[in-house]
Amino acid sequence: MTDWSGYIGLILQGALVTLELTVMGSVLAVIMAFLAGLGRVSRFMAVRALATTYIEFFRGTSIFVQLFWVYFVLPFAGVTLSPLQAGVLALGLNVGAYGAEVVRGAVKAIGREQREACIALNLTRGQAMRHVILPQALPLMLPTFGNNAIELLKGTAVVSLISLTDMTFQAQVVRSQTGSTLIPFTVILVLYFLMALAISTGMRWLERRVTRGLDGVRT
Amino acid sequence: MEWDWDFVWQILPTLLEGLKITLLATVLGAAVAAVVGLLFAILRMTAPKPIARTTGFIVEFIRGTPLLVQLYFIFYVLPDIGIRLPALLAGVIGLGVHYGTYAAEVYRAGIENVPRGQWEAAKATNLSGRQTWIHVILPQAIPPMIPALANYLIAMFKETPLLSAITVLELMNQAKSVANSSYRYIEPMTMVGVFFLIMSLISVVFLRWLEERYARVEER
Repeated sequence: MTDWSGYIGLILQGALVTLELTVMGSVLAVIMAFLAGLGRVSRFMAVRALATTYIEFFRGTSIFVQLFWVYFVLPFAGVTLSPLQAGVLALGLNVGAYGAEVVRGAVKAIGREQREACIALNLTRGQAMRHVILPQALPLMLPTFGNNAIELLKGTAVVSLISLTDMTFQAQVVRSQTGSTLIPFTVILVLYFLMALAISTGMRWLERRVTRGLDGVRT
Repeated sequence: MEWDWDFVWQILPTLLEGLKITLLATVLGAAVAAVVGLLFAILRMTAPKPIARTTGFIVEFIRGTPLLVQLYFIFYVLPDIGIRLPALLAGVIGLGVHYGTYAAEVYRAGIENVPRGQWEAAKATNLSGRQTWIHVILPQAIPPMIPALANYLIAMFKETPLLSAITVLELMNQAKSVANSSYRYIEPMTMVGVFFLIMSLISVVFLRWLEERYARVEER
């Protein structure tokens, strides 16, 4: 009979790494999403071009290829990253590109009259964005951001392939040590599902929180 | 380390060999996804409540867990209960079932977006159930679905490198083995990125065209 408690501990350690990656990747993704999303609606051509290039590049290739590129090719350019850094960087930049389109769509969705009202009130562009446009655009972004966060969580499984000891990696370790396949893989599937469930519940709560007081403001 | 064009030309045939498998997996996976998606959508919309809810849960579960782990599950766990699948087949099933759950949502949204009045009009003109579906509902439901489905097709194409983890010799795996035997990572990895970028830029143009052609039916 195998002693399962040690193996469960191993998988839980992996779960912590997965959580860590998801949180840090999400932070980077949100920063990139706002930078690139607002960059795409900038009035300067160069900024728009830069943001578009970033978005198309990271949406055009898969997370797997980007991760391998960051991990195996960047060292030749003199940039050596630990697996965790490479994972956070690739996941954050990848999901950030998807998030950027969400930010752009939400900002574009705010009606013309709001912008015109800002001009009439003599707000600068920065003020208009910060006090008028973004507070209204944020609730529109949240549901899709929630989906993107779940995509990021699912993306973290790929980092096991660059030898980062996340949940999937630990499951493989357990498989090779015990020869049992059903238990480790079922356990991590359930754990991933629970994490995804936690994200979607959290996002729904956040959505209620930011739309509070907005009832009746928008038609 | 410098970029070496001679080496690129030398490995190009191997990579193209891998690209063929990648495309094959995408096409087969899409076919499986289309059928599985239809099955899920029908079960969720028409089956009795307990079955519909169970299907809903299964769909949510598959969507909430990583494709890579699902592929491991198919490739490593199923042999224990006597189902031994070749790697490519396991990969195609994994891709197909995973993206089938996304396709199911597209089907469901497409069918539910057909206005109620259309169903009632079909009934009023005494069409049979079959006639209603073939001549009234589907012609209105399918065109708006096409861009969304194509979008998932592209997403699936980009996920195919994951199949290398279960030993399918597709583009990524070919690149990895070339890199490992020659200790040169820059060219193979960059070439894989370039291949994917080119393919998906082409498909973005194609997607824009599809959207213009099909997405706004009511405006015609």
